[in-house]
Amino acid sequence: MAFQLVLPDSKSVSQAPSPLAYAVDRTFFYAAAAGALAIILLVIYILWEIGGQALPAIGRSGASVLVNTQWDVQNSSFGILPQIWGTLYSSLMALLIGGFIGVSIAIFLTQDFLPHSLATVFRTLIEMLAAIPSVVFGLWGIFVVIPFVRPAADWLHDAAGFIPFFSTSLSGPGMLPAVIVLSIMILPTVAAISQDAIGLVPYKIKEAAYGLGATRWEAILKVILPTASGGISSALVLGFGRALGETMALAMLIGNANQISLSLFSPATTLAALLASNFPEAGAIERQALMYAALVLLAITLVVNVAGTLILLWTSRKMAKA
Amino acid sequence: MAFEASPATPAMAIPSGSDGKPPSLGYNSFEPRALWNLILTLGLWAVAALGATPLLSVLYMLIVKGGARLNGELFTELPPAGFEMGGGIGNAIQGTLVTVAIASLISIPIALFAAIYLAELRPLSRISSVARFLAKVLTGFPSILAGVFVYAAVVLLMGSYSALAGGVALAVLMLPTITLTAEGAMHMVPQRMKDAAIGMGCTNTQVVWSVTLPTALPSIVTGIILAVARVAGESAPLLFTALFSNYWLRNITEPTASLSILIYNFSSMPFDNQIELAWAASLVLVMIVLGFNILSRFIGRPQV
Repeated sequence: MAFQLVLPDSKSVSQAPSPLAYAVDRTFFYAAAAGALAIILLVIYILWEIGGQALPAIGRSGASVLVNTQWDVQNSSFGILPQIWGTLYSSLMALLIGGFIGVSIAIFLTQDFLPHSLATVFRTLIEMLAAIPSVVFGLWGIFVVIPFVRPAADWLHDAAGFIPFFSTSLSGPGMLPAVIVLSIMILPTVAAISQDAIGLVPYKIKEAAYGLGATRWEAILKVILPTASGGISSALVLGFGRALGETMALAMLIGNANQISLSLFSPATTLAALLASNFPEAGAIERQALMYAALVLLAITLVVNVAGTLILLWTSRKMAKA
Repeated sequence: MAFEASPATPAMAIPSGSDGKPPSLGYNSFEPRALWNLILTLGLWAVAALGATPLLSVLYMLIVKGGARLNGELFTELPPAGFEMGGGIGNAIQGTLVTVAIASLISIPIALFAAIYLAELRPLSRISSVARFLAKVLTGFPSILAGVFVYAAVVLLMGSYSALAGGVALAVLMLPTITLTAEGAMHMVPQRMKDAAIGMGCTNTQVVWSVTLPTALPSIVTGIILAVARVAGESAPLLFTALFSNYWLRNITEPTASLSILIYNFSSMPFDNQIELAWAASLVLVMIVLGFNILSRFIGRPQV
């Protein structure tokens, strides 16, 4: 018959993997698995290490640290309410300013306000902002932002000092310069994630709005932004998370004063700034209290970041279905 | 049968305004909604310009203030004490390079192995999804907490501040970033190429080494360079791990200076000489960071 089965002879090119190849493959698999496990173990180790170091402080003063307003090393009385307040207040203010500018820039770059090539240049400029180290922003804040905002701040205090936000005068470092620099630092994060979110809005929806005779801004405000709202809110939450953990620029600009004030012009402090300025010279007892503060900061940022990541996951799934 | 529109839908009736005339389809630029459109557009241009101002201002200050001290002495001399004139930031540049190199040596291999596991070997396993989620959470982790953690885990253990501890703290920050970008890069390799290799009888290891890694290499390198650039500018994790030193680094178990901590320390000093050096150090730091960023753009560009 014409049909003939050709059996592979001993000179065949193909061969089963050698025992060595199997061994290498197994080893490689376990090495890779160890890499993935390392990430999980690292997170557990971080929680365990910071938690363990904070344990004596937690045992000594419990939750009273969270409401105590004194940081008194002599009397071993440690309270971080002003720091928690300063962290949340500065981050919220920065989110208001940086979030608004960030989302505006995302609209500016995605809705054909600029020709394509110019938009690329502008996008690069904003991305470069994210590359400037925080300590350089701090230096810039000290020598550019503070002298620049001081006359305006003093004028506002003189003219409208009865408003709680302006109730003190700006005598150098303070909340306002810190908030300004912080909002610049979260702007690229917010702008980048918002651009992605707006990019996910189906083109058909925008075309439909224009087809009905909407002006450009009616289409943006009533159709595109609501459709992208999930992604934009996750951009804001993640930007907020970045602001909460920011350290150096704040330590250099906020004035490190242990007080709670609504005034934008008074010095304040944050959890991260407390760690940065007190940790290097702290004694054993104070260090345990600082570990407690680190744990609180960790808890706050963890909640905010998990929320942001989940919102992002949830909206991208919803968008994929639509 | 007569073809009639049903009374329920008055088909093709032209909608009319309150005055009974059909509305104009033309564009009237003085209509409130058109004016509103114009105002918002102008406002948006103003906000965009406002957003670009800080970067230009920072760059201007760096070039004017930092450029004034950009000379050979800057790179070879040690930082000056109190009232001394002159001096440089040589040991800080050395310290930054050493700590970043230590961080890269620790984090890149672990991150690549983790990424291979997440992207190629067991993408759907429980370990992978937990590791992926935790890596995402870690990227949003405040960098000062890496310093606190390494202080507890390494500095207390070794009994002193050291360049090594600083490197470990930076590695904690690099690990999740590189893992996630490398995983993304490996996902971009067409499945057909991997299938072809598996069809030819390759083991997983051979597929990863001969197909996935070479194809994904440009994007992986981009991710690594961006992570290096990011940690080169970090200061919070070095504050109480690497500390600072006024001398050259001889041994990685000693404390070391770094550009970012030098800027932080000098920014609060009352001496003009130190402030000038802080600006010059900022310029050098930004040039390193932006240099890495630009490099990553060239490498990351699609090769085909």
